[in-house]
Amino acid sequence: MNKTVNPTDLQLDDDGPLYAARKKVYPQSVSGSFRRTKWGLMAFCLGVYYLLPFARWNRGLGAPDQAVLVDLPNSRFYFFFIELWPQEVYYFTGLLIVAALTLFLMNAVGGRIWCGYLCPQTVWTDLFYAVERWVEGDRRERMRKDAAKGTITFRRAGEIALKHSIWLMIAWWTGGAWVLYFTDAPTLVWQLLTFQAPMIAYIWIGILTATTYIFAGWMREQVCVYMCPWPRIQAALTDEWALNVTYKYDRGEARTSLKKATDLRALGQPVGDCIDCYQCVAVCPTGIDIRNGPQLDCIQCGLCIDACDTVMTKIGRETRLIGYDNDINIHRRQEGKPPIYRIVRPRTITYAALIAAVGAVMLYALLTRSLLDINVLHDRNPVAVKLSDGSIRNAYTVRLLNKRGFDRVIAIDADGPINATLHVVGADSVTQDRPMIILARDTTTELRLLVTAPAENNPEKSVPVHFRVTDIGLGEVASATDHFVSP
Amino acid sequence: MTEHSDIDHVSGRATTGHEWDGIKELNTPLPRWWVITFYLTILWAIGYWIVYPAWPLLWSHTTGIWNYSTRAEVATDLANLEKIRGDKMVALGAASLEEIEKNPALLALARARGKTVFGDNCAPCHGSGGAGAKGYPNLNDDEWLWGGSLDQIMQTIQFGARSGHQKAHEGAMLAFGKDGVLKKDEIVTVANYVRSLSGLPTAAGYNAAAGAKIFADNCASCHGENGKGNQELGAPNLTDKIWLYGSDEATLVETISNGRAGVMPAWVGRLDPSTIKALTVYVHSLGGGK
Ligand code: SF4
Ligand code: SF4
Repeated sequence: MNKTVNPTDLQLDDDGPLYAARKKVYPQSVSGSFRRTKWGLMAFCLGVYYLLPFARWNRGLGAPDQAVLVDLPNSRFYFFFIELWPQEVYYFTGLLIVAALTLFLMNAVGGRIWCGYLCPQTVWTDLFYAVERWVEGDRRERMRKDAAKGTITFRRAGEIALKHSIWLMIAWWTGGAWVLYFTDAPTLVWQLLTFQAPMIAYIWIGILTATTYIFAGWMREQVCVYMCPWPRIQAALTDEWALNVTYKYDRGEARTSLKKATDLRALGQPVGDCIDCYQCVAVCPTGIDIRNGPQLDCIQCGLCIDACDTVMTKIGRETRLIGYDNDINIHRRQEGKPPIYRIVRPRTITYAALIAAVGAVMLYALLTRSLLDINVLHDRNPVAVKLSDGSIRNAYTVRLLNKRGFDRVIAIDADGPINATLHVVGADSVTQDRPMIILARDTTTELRLLVTAPAENNPEKSVPVHFRVTDIGLGEVASATDHFVSP
Repeated sequence: MTEHSDIDHVSGRATTGHEWDGIKELNTPLPRWWVITFYLTILWAIGYWIVYPAWPLLWSHTTGIWNYSTRAEVATDLANLEKIRGDKMVALGAASLEEIEKNPALLALARARGKTVFGDNCAPCHGSGGAGAKGYPNLNDDEWLWGGSLDQIMQTIQFGARSGHQKAHEGAMLAFGKDGVLKKDEIVTVANYVRSLSGLPTAAGYNAAAGAKIFADNCASCHGENGKGNQELGAPNLTDKIWLYGSDEATLVETISNGRAGVMPAWVGRLDPSTIKALTVYVHSLGGGK
């Protein structure tokens, strides 16, 4: 095989420098179906990210009307019709599990397609490349301009300034969109414009502006190759059936120039389809040669497929010399067997089933979660009090949760074998011996409950008491059980 | 080139010269920025050692040049908290006791504040939950020596009982035996009579009529004709099931012979008015308040 030997590599040995300077990548523009897919996904992802904070959702008077809102001061998370409380963070755990499994599933089906199409690093880098190309021109022009470093003209300086300004503007708006998820977006935009926003907003915009600018403008593929753990993990998770961007060397080799290939073919000699035009290398955003086989640096963006397809079409050969394929098929084709693709297999079925299971559990939990809740804590000191008439009283601290967006009237009952009476410190009223509480919307309320058993009913040992709260209007009920003890 | 220099023929790249079972390690140097970042983290760590407390020593630790200490941070946080609390305590001070109990927000604040203040000041005698002990009233029950209304509780907290404060509750159980007012057998008789008042069994052969007579002559002036007590004088109700010092004969004889005069300190001047209000509401809400 014709391997590229980089002369600088040859000088690296134990006494050589510890590091290698980065070789700048100048990806060429390309068009084709994968490129179009990438544009579409980029528009979708960025559209969602930048615009979602402005989506409204009516939750009633006094409640925030932002569709997606992380309300840190009040410890609430809003997502359209869902409102989560701090004690419900396990939904996020579930979401993270689903996300991880989805990544595994994507990997089992199509290798690092997440990296190539959806990862924020890829999306923003791609956008930054587009800007760079628009301002400074395509691959050759950029290489030429960079090579002519010493002679910076007025025009060149203007180009550089323009590129970085656009990059910074995108980065700034990226940070700006981030903070909009944490407070009412239109208000914050106005505050930002009038320089009245809280300091923390400016700090976060600053941080995200800096990271976006550095990661997408300067570090680019270095993030994927040296910083991101996913390539290592995915390499361990993948199997021989996963579709990866593959150079079909069974078809491409032996590569030779177009002219030679035509001559050899005329003579009826076997010759590969690859004409060694290096188009696949020129377009690659990580600057690698996919013809060297699968490698960690490949983010599976498919741009080399588009590039090679263009070449193949031009020279009248079949497209997809580079394509999503697996190793099994390379060997099968060499043996003259038809390629097989197996998307549905135990691994993908397992991942899909796990995703469905976790999703179902989360959905069930979400649909059946109570919007009225009660927690009871028995007083420990004293556990029981004897009153002057000989009756026994136990006290409890009760926390009531009203997760609905409106105030409601709640009746409290305590049932048990002791025929006890119930008194609530701070009850708003008592109707037919039932203490009534007004629960403010979207809050928790702590109450002190006193349960008294008359002398003749004094229990010998601890007996259970059931506390029940009933929403008078909606009929919603929540209950908890604790114990009643004697001194 | 050193002796390790070696080119891998498959990739055409230099190897490190390390070989395991025929597998050679390619020399893949790190990018420069990576190495620089690595050295910067080392520098950062050294700076950190110098700036912040870092090294534990045998008897202490290095303090760093900025004198940073988490303890100082806590102190600042507490001071800030005190400031925030200050504003809320003003609202508490402005409201009447009844208003506080009717307003859920103020009630919650008063109970929270009252609970901490109770723990710091009252718990040594009355117990952390106000359960009391022998000689120290249980504040959860419904028996009050000096009255269990909001105002009465506040009065007691402010000035105490037998505390020496001029507005303090006065009145003590007299020492009928020590002072020679009653003889030993009379004390035993009246002790049994007192037990009978709350339905407790009496000693065999005790003279009920004599007990009633001794009680009427000596005790009724404070405890009332029926032994129902008198909150003006802090005289406990002797007919109920609650006994501050105990209800067995020996304890009663001891009480009657030597008297009782437990002291509740005055808190006015030691606690500020709104804190006393919070404490009052807290004690009242423990469950015994009238
Ligand atoms: S080798 Fe092809 S698929 Fe991989 S990163 Fe380069 S262009 Fe994208
Ligand atoms: S673009 Fe296709 S033909 Fe050109 S070098 Fe790459 S694989 Fe070969």
